[in-house]
Amino acid sequence: MSQTSAITAAEVSHLADLARIALTDEEQAALTGDLNAILSSVAAVQEVATDDVPATSHPIALSNVMRPDSVGETLTADEALSGAPASEDGKFLVPQILGED
Amino acid sequence: MADLTRLSALDLAAGMRAGDYSSTEITQAHLDRISAVDETTGAFITVTADAALATAADVDRRRAAGETLHPLAGVPVAHKDLIVTEGVATTAASKMLEGWVPPYSGTVYRHTQEAGMPLLGKTNLDEFAMGATTENSAFGPTANPWDTTKVPGGSSGGAAAALAAYEAPLSVGTDTGGSVRQPAAFTGTVGVKPTYGSVSRYGVIAMASSLDQVGPMGRTVADAAALHEVLAGHDPHDSTSLTDQATGFLAAAEAGAASGSLAGKRLGVIRQLTGEGVEPGVQAAFDEALTIAEAAGAEIVDIDCPSFSYAVEAYYLIMPSEVSSNLARYDGMRYGLRVEPEEGPVTAETVMAATRAAGFGAEVKRRIILGTYALSAGYYDAYYGSAQKVRTLVQRDLAKAFETADVLVSPTAPTTAFDLGAAKEMDPMSLYLGDVATIPANLAGVPGMSVPAGVAEGLPVGFQLLAPAREDVRLYEIGAGIEAAVNDTRGAGVLAAAPEL
Amino acid sequence: MKYEDAIKKYDPVLGIEVHVELGTATKMFDAAPNSFGVGANENVTPVSLGLPGALPVVNETAVEYAIKIGLALGCDIAESCRFARKNYFYPDLAKNFQTSQYDEPIAFDGSLEVELEDGELITVEIERAHMEEDAGKNTHVGGSGRIHGAEYSLVDYNRAGVPLVEIVTRPITGTGERAPEVAAAYVRTLRDVFRALGVSEARMEQGNVRADINVSLRESPDAPLGTRTETKNVNSFRSIERAVRYEIARQATVLEAGEQVLQETRHFHEETGETSSGRVKSDSDDYRYFPEPDLVPVEPSRDWVEQLRADLPELPAAKRRRLLEAWGFSELEMRDVINAGLLDVIEQTVAAGAEPAAARKWWTGEIARVAKQEDAEVTTLVTAAHVAELAGLVKAGKLNDKLARKVLAGVIDGKGSPTEVMEAEGLEIVQDDGALEAAVDDAIAANPDVVEKIKGGKMQAIGALMGPIMKATRGQADAGKAREMILAKINS
Repeated sequence: MSQTSAITAAEVSHLADLARIALTDEEQAALTGDLNAILSSVAAVQEVATDDVPATSHPIALSNVMRPDSVGETLTADEALSGAPASEDGKFLVPQILGED
Repeated sequence: MADLTRLSALDLAAGMRAGDYSSTEITQAHLDRISAVDETTGAFITVTADAALATAADVDRRRAAGETLHPLAGVPVAHKDLIVTEGVATTAASKMLEGWVPPYSGTVYRHTQEAGMPLLGKTNLDEFAMGATTENSAFGPTANPWDTTKVPGGSSGGAAAALAAYEAPLSVGTDTGGSVRQPAAFTGTVGVKPTYGSVSRYGVIAMASSLDQVGPMGRTVADAAALHEVLAGHDPHDSTSLTDQATGFLAAAEAGAASGSLAGKRLGVIRQLTGEGVEPGVQAAFDEALTIAEAAGAEIVDIDCPSFSYAVEAYYLIMPSEVSSNLARYDGMRYGLRVEPEEGPVTAETVMAATRAAGFGAEVKRRIILGTYALSAGYYDAYYGSAQKVRTLVQRDLAKAFETADVLVSPTAPTTAFDLGAAKEMDPMSLYLGDVATIPANLAGVPGMSVPAGVAEGLPVGFQLLAPAREDVRLYEIGAGIEAAVNDTRGAGVLAAAPEL
Repeated sequence: MKYEDAIKKYDPVLGIEVHVELGTATKMFDAAPNSFGVGANENVTPVSLGLPGALPVVNETAVEYAIKIGLALGCDIAESCRFARKNYFYPDLAKNFQTSQYDEPIAFDGSLEVELEDGELITVEIERAHMEEDAGKNTHVGGSGRIHGAEYSLVDYNRAGVPLVEIVTRPITGTGERAPEVAAAYVRTLRDVFRALGVSEARMEQGNVRADINVSLRESPDAPLGTRTETKNVNSFRSIERAVRYEIARQATVLEAGEQVLQETRHFHEETGETSSGRVKSDSDDYRYFPEPDLVPVEPSRDWVEQLRADLPELPAAKRRRLLEAWGFSELEMRDVINAGLLDVIEQTVAAGAEPAAARKWWTGEIARVAKQEDAEVTTLVTAAHVAELAGLVKAGKLNDKLARKVLAGVIDGKGSPTEVMEAEGLEIVQDDGALEAAVDDAIAANPDVVEKIKGGKMQAIGALMGPIMKATRGQADAGKAREMILAKINS
């Protein structure tokens, strides 16, 4: 494993924050080990990914797939809210939001 | 009357047309079989007996009234519980979606409904299709009908087990890195990953958008071909859906089953996917199938795909990256599980984090964190960007290979089905390397199929075929040729070797 | 530090990001209606709600509108461009990522000429215009109704997925003390462009157009750029001016105290005219952009782009310049016409044969007055053709102002064209010299004292004769002609 690819537990903690997953200490420790093992292996892609090779983002290249601007079928508010953990006045009820951007 | 659960889907359809039996009888027979064995196999998460019988009765009535029906009308089908089904709980085998009843249907489910195919239920899978054993299901594992101490493969393990245990004649699975083909190999059934875009992904819970493809599964190549024709077709709701005609699969399978069809067909054996790393029993069964094909007139050529050595690595960067974004929507705000933190303030942010901590299993978390890392500022080019370049290299290798071979072949998986619980003891990367043969097709978008090659130490072995993009027809023709030649040699289908449950 | 002092000491640099909601029938990526006024969560599909399995498909008209905006701003239109995912968690973001263009915008490298109140022209360089989707709407419940102190929030996803185009400027330099005015004028000019293109109703008060204003200060125009703040979602032209003014003064105060301006998001408060600190932007803002795998590239054909370019309407600035010259209005008159939204209808009235001054007078005067009185849209009361006809009758001497207003009232009431109303109600100015002469003779005979005054040179006394003449002719006398006749008779 190359030194540069090593991930620390602190980085895993930061990634978990970005991914909004509250990890236990055990999970964090286990993931740190797993990630280092996986990354030391997958980093091999850099060996062949040279500048002259273009990236492929879609396996079958298509372009200009667009739809006409006409109204289609919608859900009713009841259907929209049917799976909601909580709702009020036809809206989704969510816990208080901090740090509005 | 013959045991209706043992017949192929096409025979069932023919029997109904001939008036030998009704869809209600067929559907009831499969529901009875599910009642008898599903406690052992655990193939289903949800069984929809009432809805299935209602559809069957409707088809029987329409047939009696002389209506023109779809050829597969009345043939029951099971959908992997990753397919969104309006009014029927859809879980992705995750606690996150336990009890979620969708207000809409995926296109593939709509297609089977419109064809008049009764829905038997929703089959088990690895959580959000992440795994190769179906043990990563929040609702318990599925057992392999060949040996209930073994896994059925994954992630479409429930779909494959339902076929092998005669609980369903047809299954709809999904394949992101081999999730249809590998379970087909582990259960002695047929699984197809169509060309990317052949089948709509609308209403299929996304794992990795640029790799996911819905695939037909059956006990015969012809059954899979017939189901593919139902599932496929252009869908304006999916921007990556192809406009190609989705016909001719069944005709190709029927042509391929005729004797002599393999004559002159060039089978390219991929050097990187055979020999080293493949279990001897698997290699032997594969080699024997090759010998049978050669005897039937096929030409065997050697194929070198050097980029395949990087395919698993590229896959384990692209897939988790897309996973990390696709699974962000499961946050406890709009549907599914909501969990409040045990301590500290209750805010949208802390509830999201607590919900995702409680709702996702270990493998899902691992992939989300890995993907979050791979997409992070400063790492994108080195990881996601580089992996996308490997895709290009894989496509180039395949294009070159198809200049000298009609299809490329290899064992579908390097091993037979593992013991239940064994995967937990393996480090993740060794487990991931088991997908080495199936992943290139997803990276490149080409179609792939697994047909039974034979048996090794009492467990089935799969024979994989890859064809060029949009040449799914070729898979059905040559796949059916291999199937017929192998069955001919054995005197029966491979699945017939499975012990009774 | 006061603004006046701050601007003497520091050179302000602006950067403005404007989001405009496109007036398409449906959303950016799904067929839910893009409309307001329905119940909460009724304009949603599985796509705008981010349900498992839902997939986006690009709205072709939204792309067309984005290209039109790009062309109107003189941008290059990309031969190929893509959408990306901007990943962050927020309850109004149904998928917890925003689908937005990132490193491949549809339009880039343009400019917009902005005219200030006094006619000074400023060119604002446009870096890019890109497509993205709007988020849902949070309502904070409990506490003060604001976000802090709220007990919980309610989310409505009707707005989620509404198509937006974001227009980003390059740094705007050299404005000096006019920075607040330039910022407002730029957004106003953009607003006018959106309306002229017909791509958005572009109503600031409805939030159709939202501006994020970046402000930074530096010691001199040669100095490197200072640290900027971004004041989010400023929703009126006046607020834009105030926010820029406040930020310049605030940042100068910070710098004067020897402290550093923090790179942060700030919020503008209507009531106080101040901005307050939002969130400190730091390197932890890692949106993990990557190409949206569920969408394929948009590659507008050159034919399509050239067709859209050929069909572009005349843009407001050019139109204003052309008409100002053609009509001979003053700057002030022109501004009033534009602000009242009457430019087009006056242009139509002139095209129908009216003198520009007369057209302006009718539309901004009597018609606007009636509209206000009846709480109606000015342009819905009468047609441009009828106003031109009315002006023509006045010009021909068939109606005077007072009679024309009566005719107009009849036209507004739907009684017919101006000519029809005039004839039906017998309102035409009396052209019969005999009747007028009799009325003049009667007036002269009945008012000898007034006649004497006129003879003595008090010309304004003529007015005293006009009353009885008008009365005798039921107001239909041509006042000019009556006056001539009086003078002729008295002096003969």
